[in-house]
Amino acid sequence: MLPVIFVMPIIQLIILVNAATFEMKNIKLCIVDQDLSTYSRNLSSKFEGSPYFVIEKRTFSAKEAIKYIDRGVITAAIVIPKGFEKKIVRNEKNIKIQVLVDAINGTNAGVSQAYIVSILQDYNKQILSKLLPANSPGNGIETSRRFWYNPELNYKTFMVPGILVLLITIISFILSGMNIVREKEMGTIEQINVTPIKKYQFIAGKLIPFWIIGLFELAFGLTIGKLLFDIPLVGNLGLVFGFAAIYLIVLLALGLLVSTIVNTQQQAMFISFFFMVVFILMSGLFTGIENMPEWAQIADKVNPLAYFIEVMRMILLKGSGISDILYQLFAIIIFAVIMIWLAVWRYKKIS
Amino acid sequence: MDKEKAITVKNLVKKFGNFIANDNLTFDVYKGEIFGFLGANGAGKTTTLKILCGLSKPTSGQINVAGFNVYTETNKIKNNIGYMSQKFSLYEDLTVYENIRFYGGIYGLKLKDIRKRADELIQKLGLTNVRNELLSSIPLGWKQKLAFSVAIFHHPKIVFLDEPTGGVDPVTRREFWDMIYDAASEGITIIVTTHYMDEAEYCNRVCIMVDGRIEAIDTPAQLIKTYNAANMNDVFIQLARKAKQQ
Repeated sequence: MLPVIFVMPIIQLIILVNAATFEMKNIKLCIVDQDLSTYSRNLSSKFEGSPYFVIEKRTFSAKEAIKYIDRGVITAAIVIPKGFEKKIVRNEKNIKIQVLVDAINGTNAGVSQAYIVSILQDYNKQILSKLLPANSPGNGIETSRRFWYNPELNYKTFMVPGILVLLITIISFILSGMNIVREKEMGTIEQINVTPIKKYQFIAGKLIPFWIIGLFELAFGLTIGKLLFDIPLVGNLGLVFGFAAIYLIVLLALGLLVSTIVNTQQQAMFISFFFMVVFILMSGLFTGIENMPEWAQIADKVNPLAYFIEVMRMILLKGSGISDILYQLFAIIIFAVIMIWLAVWRYKKIS
Repeated sequence: MDKEKAITVKNLVKKFGNFIANDNLTFDVYKGEIFGFLGANGAGKTTTLKILCGLSKPTSGQINVAGFNVYTETNKIKNNIGYMSQKFSLYEDLTVYENIRFYGGIYGLKLKDIRKRADELIQKLGLTNVRNELLSSIPLGWKQKLAFSVAIFHHPKIVFLDEPTGGVDPVTRREFWDMIYDAASEGITIIVTTHYMDEAEYCNRVCIMVDGRIEAIDTPAQLIKTYNAANMNDVFIQLARKAKQQ
């Protein structure tokens, strides 16, 4: 069992971090060049040169491009109309290019469209600087950007801490959720219940081993994250583990609580799954909590996973200190106290 | 009677909804006695035992176990009893020694004492070769003997055995009863449920339960005489038939 507990998360970490990404590469494109001029070829070669695009098809008909989109062969099409070059050279206003994007996946469509627009803007600037004399009012304000905490906008850097949280959460929750109920199924719980063991002793005995496994798992995962994905461990690792220690108590106690309530491992599995799915999807791992509707944000106040993911990203990527995470820390301590109390209270030695 | 009482039960009633599992039971068990509960499946033996061990709360009645009240002093009772259930209940994924150490620890024995006594016990049971084997790998008969030894490891005043010999071969059963006699001779009171009639005759006194009530309670010899029967089997069949006819 122990190797499974450790090997599984590593594999998951490697697969999930590489797979679960919003970064868009290889967007399939169709260029509809109806102008066939130097300018239009220049523009299409800009798309060819970009790492984000692959020119999958070329055609002269916008209708055909739409068919490709319908069939899912391409994600976007760029239609350069006839007379494109002429208009540029004559310095006409409102020269138009059509961009068609498959928007079944709204997020992807948005990102593709943004990439396309940025290439077009680039191109625009080039033309302007060619056609207009230098220092003309045309290129007045130049903006340059700098992204803090994750300067290369590396999606993996963002995902590793979150997925790490996910993995130790699932392991600890499922192990503890199955535990007492397994003793019920085996009949060993009855033998325990006729002994003078105190309820809190029993719960503590159940909790501590999993707690240690959970912390080991975290240390292990962080090492993998550092070695394989080179995540920047900016903050204080002691703080990460301190927070994780309390967080694990919340999760383990919740698991044990489930375990004391149900009678079979099957029921425990279903209830654990219910909690896990809700916690994970609302945790801000994939979708930002600030984008959720207000009721969901309020509901998230009792989602321990959301706190931990936030804190992990804050400490590991930003280097936040204890004063920055006081709110989350207090919240998680309160959860821990409540959950432990509930688990001890719900565990009954008398049937 | 001037014998010291280990358990006193007066008007014990246990209901599960409308179903009456124990119907107004009254009996005493004396110290050092081997007291057998006899009855068909569902007669209420296990329910009674669970109430006496503190695993289940009675609906009503006055019950004292080892001098303590079952309603208010359950933890004191638990310190003074041992229990072995029909469902085998030591940990399969611990070794023989680890099981002994674990339960010894729960009862607050010192590690040094546990080690010494565990070694003696393992030797006595002839389990030296499998001392560090997982429990799941040893035969059922050995496990049952071990389970009984673990149940009396902390020298309880009373030990409850709920159908301890279920599924065990006759030779091991005989050995098991030798262990029970040894324990009784050390002054441990033994409460045992069974539906093997030959085992009933090993008991000092038996209590025959039918449909949640006590139909008869006496020594096996006296019961055989009273019911004019050849053996305990006949006594039991007579009582069980009578119950059905009513």
